[in-house]
Amino acid sequence: MGSRIQQQPGQVRKAPENFVDTEGVRTVFAQAQGGRRDFIRNAFAAAVAGTAASAALAQSTADGDPAILQLPAHSTGLGQPVVTDGYGKPSKYEANVQRRQSPGLTPTAQASVSFAPLQSLFGIVTPSGLHFERHHQGWWDIDPSKHRLMINGMVKAPKVFTLDELMRLPSVSRFHFIECGANTGMEWGNVAVPTAQYTHGMLSCSEFTGVPLITLLEMAGADLKGERFVLAEGADGSSMTRTIPMSLIRSGEVLVAYGQNGEMLRPEQGYPLRLVVPGVQGVSWIKYLRRIELGDQPYGTKDETVHYVDLMPDGQHRQYTSIQECKSVVTTPSGGQMLLDKGFYNITGLAWSGRGKVKRVDVSVDGGRNWRTARLESPVLSKCLTRFNIDWVWDGSPTIIQSRAMDDTGYVQPSYRQLRAVRGTRSIYHNNAIQSWQVQQNGEVANVQLT
Amino acid sequence: MSSSPERAALRALLALAACSVCIATWAQPKTTGYPGIGRDATPKEVAAWDIDVRPDFKGLPPGSGSVTRGQDVWESKCASCHGVFGESNQVFSPIVGGTTADDIKTGHVARLKDPAFPGRTTLMKASSLSTVWDYVYRAMPWNQPKSLTPDDVYAVTAYILNLGGIVPDDFTLSDKNIREVQARMPNRNGATTAHAMWPGTELGRAVKPDVTAVACMHDCVPAEQKVAQLPPHARGSHGNLADQNRLVGAQHGIETAPPAAKTAAPQAAATSKVPTALLEKNSCVACHGMTQKLVGPAFSDIAKKYPGQTDHLLQKIKAGGSGVWGAIPMPPQTIADDEAKAIARWLAESAAPEGKP
Repeated sequence: MGSRIQQQPGQVRKAPENFVDTEGVRTVFAQAQGGRRDFIRNAFAAAVAGTAASAALAQSTADGDPAILQLPAHSTGLGQPVVTDGYGKPSKYEANVQRRQSPGLTPTAQASVSFAPLQSLFGIVTPSGLHFERHHQGWWDIDPSKHRLMINGMVKAPKVFTLDELMRLPSVSRFHFIECGANTGMEWGNVAVPTAQYTHGMLSCSEFTGVPLITLLEMAGADLKGERFVLAEGADGSSMTRTIPMSLIRSGEVLVAYGQNGEMLRPEQGYPLRLVVPGVQGVSWIKYLRRIELGDQPYGTKDETVHYVDLMPDGQHRQYTSIQECKSVVTTPSGGQMLLDKGFYNITGLAWSGRGKVKRVDVSVDGGRNWRTARLESPVLSKCLTRFNIDWVWDGSPTIIQSRAMDDTGYVQPSYRQLRAVRGTRSIYHNNAIQSWQVQQNGEVANVQLT
Repeated sequence: MSSSPERAALRALLALAACSVCIATWAQPKTTGYPGIGRDATPKEVAAWDIDVRPDFKGLPPGSGSVTRGQDVWESKCASCHGVFGESNQVFSPIVGGTTADDIKTGHVARLKDPAFPGRTTLMKASSLSTVWDYVYRAMPWNQPKSLTPDDVYAVTAYILNLGGIVPDDFTLSDKNIREVQARMPNRNGATTAHAMWPGTELGRAVKPDVTAVACMHDCVPAEQKVAQLPPHARGSHGNLADQNRLVGAQHGIETAPPAAKTAAPQAAATSKVPTALLEKNSCVACHGMTQKLVGPAFSDIAKKYPGQTDHLLQKIKAGGSGVWGAIPMPPQTIADDEAKAIARWLAESAAPEGKP
């Protein structure tokens, strides 16, 4: 650090000192050891206060970086004992990485959503504790020994399973994304929220473990001939219900899951049992799953004929719009963040498709005029998040960053103009348009739309 | 040593037998399933849980209820969240409104074509009456789901239909006449499944996606484009974004809050005594805001009116009340004694929200 530290209007401000919160700086002070402690404290305090910190910091680094020259407590003292915490937590310095509610979005705490902090995540897996939440009537921590799964309807013998029994069956584990049908819904008409967390954070990805639903249907002697539909029903107050197509279940993809990322499902994610419906919007992934009914017609539940319907410009509602179409978003840099300086950056983000695998992601750093193809990081799995990366050198001038994904059916993620030309602006659900992040001259990144 | 043909034949036979035993053992699970796992459900168990009602009204239990009785159910159990006339109470989307007598004839809600019409009510969207019946039966009232009898649900559904002008004041809805009412639903013809976003092959769907883009690589858009962004006054609307990003990395969060507010918040949260878990568990926050009026008065307003009166507040929580804060009644709450007491005590002690002890 130190070469380009002076501040001028319109220039990039050097971080991190300017942005570490007071509490964080105090912690750093507490841990600082050695003779120059007071000097560093003054320099940091000045930086936080936003005064002429630059010169002082430049001086302090004349002999080298204090972070190197002064041995910290963790190099000179005894650390914490093993199993201080039987179920570990993230570092206290990661406290900013949290699920959040969007202010004013929902008036009640139980019929609400929280957004995953996409801007702070790596790879494709969402830590279970950061998985987005959507509850319709509040969440429960259900006693697994009392939970039951019933299968009834067009079956030879209606069946009841305990969790013990389900967990004895041969299991499969698969990585899949789950996205709320309303993800990015606030942005259908105009720019509405500032960060990737709020624009795209009703999106998560986990390794789910469970039993293919088809296995349980066969055990009940299900009539699988002809056109069949399954009703999945939850055990919470809302008893959420959704119709699932038999053809998807027959493929073996639909799971009755109890495991998530190596642990049991979290209560907010439906502990002890939820349905996993790959590629399909989250509302169909019934939490606290208690019942599966097999029938010969769709069920017309509240969330397929009244909510989660897409209003077209001609006044018709599209019902049973379930697939989450191919979509992507740049997560770093993204809205609400600030670039530290000119120079090299790795632009990275996530791409996904409810129809299969991501085939290609292109990135533009000039507002969609020209595009380059990004690197897809392995694994690239079906109906799963895919991480992409691409190199970029920022010259300090304002620009707009976008990503555009394509899946293996050949479907290309549309621009807002293309999407609105067909579906208007009143759909709420299934907004998969290309996201634009504007990098301003001072390094701030803002959520924008090109019209 | 003899190696008679008989011996060889015997050896081969034994080997074959061993092998077929082996195959039989490993093949067993496939032919007999998973013994010991799962049991048959009893008819009573199936009846207890099989509550769904389909658009063809399969699953609908027998029963009936009048508009008049529905009004009683509505006012005591539904109006607190949905408004006296189903117009909502700022808590949930309105149920009634936006439909006309002409819509009942055509089965299309004309206002859905008007982008200027604000919002969409349940009666504007619902194509199947079964959906309304099913949802009320399984999930309402919001804080006491599944407490309504089938007759209650017929009655309250009749009342909703009456508010929407779909059935007359003296109507009684029942499992016998519900199909006739379905034929009057204002948006019964307003829905389609002709799209490519159903993952199965069952709904007569479109095969191709409706939006088709091409992956252009060079000179794809004009150099000059209009850029729409959040207005400057919204900069702090989602709190301090600096506190919502990692403290280390390629980017840091932008400061969007005044420094004073930023330092006060964490300390206050630590010292707060708000019984958040109890308020949420007992659905209090569904109707009461900390400092703002929702359906009922703000907790801070209640505290101001009844300082120190723990017992009075306890009694109000348990028994409910009406008329003090407006027309909407507070229903009696089913809540554990110690939890009600803790909430009443907190209210009596000023109901300090976070940050204002």
